[in-house]
Amino acid sequence: MVNAYVPKTLEDCLKLLNEFDLKIVAGGTDVLIQNRAPSQLAIGYKKDVCYILQIEELKKIYEDDQYIYIGSAVSLEEIMDSMIVPEILRNTILEMASPAIRHTATLAGNIANASPAGDSLVTLYLLDAEIEIRSMNNLRRMKVSDFITGVRKIELAKDELISKIIIPKFEFDQAYFKKVGPRLSDAISKVAFAGAYIVEGKKIKDFRVSFGAVNVTVVRADELEQKIISRTVKDIKKMKETIVSWYEKAINPIDDQRSNKAYRKVVALNLLREFIENLNL
Amino acid sequence: MAKINFKLNEEFVEIDTDLNRRLLDVLRDDFSLTGVKEGCGEGECGACAVLLDHRIINSCSTPLANVIGKEVMTIEGFSKTKRYETIKEAFAEAGGVQCGFCTPGMIIATESLLNKNPHPTDFEIKIGLSGNLCRCTGYNLIVEAVKEAIKRGEGLW
Repeated sequence: MVNAYVPKTLEDCLKLLNEFDLKIVAGGTDVLIQNRAPSQLAIGYKKDVCYILQIEELKKIYEDDQYIYIGSAVSLEEIMDSMIVPEILRNTILEMASPAIRHTATLAGNIANASPAGDSLVTLYLLDAEIEIRSMNNLRRMKVSDFITGVRKIELAKDELISKIIIPKFEFDQAYFKKVGPRLSDAISKVAFAGAYIVEGKKIKDFRVSFGAVNVTVVRADELEQKIISRTVKDIKKMKETIVSWYEKAINPIDDQRSNKAYRKVVALNLLREFIENLNL
Repeated sequence: MAKINFKLNEEFVEIDTDLNRRLLDVLRDDFSLTGVKEGCGEGECGACAVLLDHRIINSCSTPLANVIGKEVMTIEGFSKTKRYETIKEAFAEAGGVQCGFCTPGMIIATESLLNKNPHPTDFEIKIGLSGNLCRCTGYNLIVEAVKEAIKRGEGLW
C-alpha cells in the first residue's frame, strides 16, 4: 500500500517533497485514470502520494499591473469564472473536459501532465504564460514552453511544486482558441489552434499562432512570427499560402486512435488559413 | 490508513481507511450508496457523478483524500429535497428516463447546473449535461426534462 500525505500548508508540502519521493496529485482527473486499478481496489499509484488541494495558499487568483497569477490548486471552473483571466483562456477552458472535471481539475495539472493534446497548453504558449516553481530552498520562474520538454516530460525536480501560473497582461485586437474533437465535452483534441494579433496603422504589430496535437509539444514558431510582424495586413493576406507552407514544416502530427496524420495536418493548416483570412485592419 | 471526516448527505461522517481509494468505491462499498454507478471508470460518462460542495464531480476520478472536510451529496441524499422531486417529475413527464443507469448522474448534473445558473439557455443546458452519456434517450428528451424542471421549479433555484 502506498502512503497518502495531505498537507494543509505550502510549507508542510514543501517539507514533505524535500524528504520523500512523492507523486503530486491535485484534482486527480488525469492521474487517477493513468493509475487505474481494478474497481474496488485502491488507486494503483507507483509511489507515495502528496495531495495538494487542501492547501489554501495555492487557491488564489489575483493580479498586479503586469500579470495575472493563478494558484496551482485553483479549479478550471474557478479560472473560467474569473473576470480577471483573459477571455481566450476562459474560452479554452470552456472547451476542456466536462463540468464535472472542470470543477476539480487544475491548470497546473494540465501543464504537468504535458500531453501533446493538452488544450490549455495551446493558449498558455500563445500568451507567453510562465509558472512559479517552489521547493524548500528555492523559488524559480520559467515559461510554460520551456518547462515542457517532450511528451509527458517536464523540468520539475522531485522536491519541487508548481505554485502559480503567471499570465502576462496583453490586449490583442483579437484572440481565439479553436478545438477540433469528436464530442462537445470530454473529447481529447484531434487538433487545437490558438491565434492572436494586433494591427497598428494597417501593419501587423503582433502576430501569434500555436497548434496542439500536431507535434510532441505545442507548436509555436517565434522565427516565423517575426517574419510576419511589421508587414501590412494586405501583404499578409496575399502571401497566405507562403505562410501556410512555412508552418507546414513545423507541423508533424502522428496517427493514433483519435485521428491521423493527413487529417490533422490539413485541418491545422486550414485553421491557420482561416485566421489569416479573418485578420482585420 | 487515516481517519478523516466529511459531510455525506447532510450528516457528518468519519471513516478510517486508505485515502488513496476512489470516492466512488467508498460511497458504494462502505456507505452502501449504490445510486452512484460505475460506468466508464475514467471520467467520460458521468454515471458516478455526485455533488462536492454543491458542484458536480465524477466520483470515479476523485481520490478520497480530496473530500476531507467537504460536503458530498449523492442521489440518495439529494432525493430528500424539493428540488429532486421537481427534477424527478420533470424527467418522468418528459420521458427523460429509459433504462435509468445514467439517470442519477443526469439529475446530479441538472442540480449542479441550476444551482449555478437557474435560467440557462438551451446551449447552456447542453453544456451542463455534456459530461453525462445516455445510450437510450438520444438526449433531446433529457434537455426537454431540464426545461420542464426549470418551469415547474420556478423559485427553487
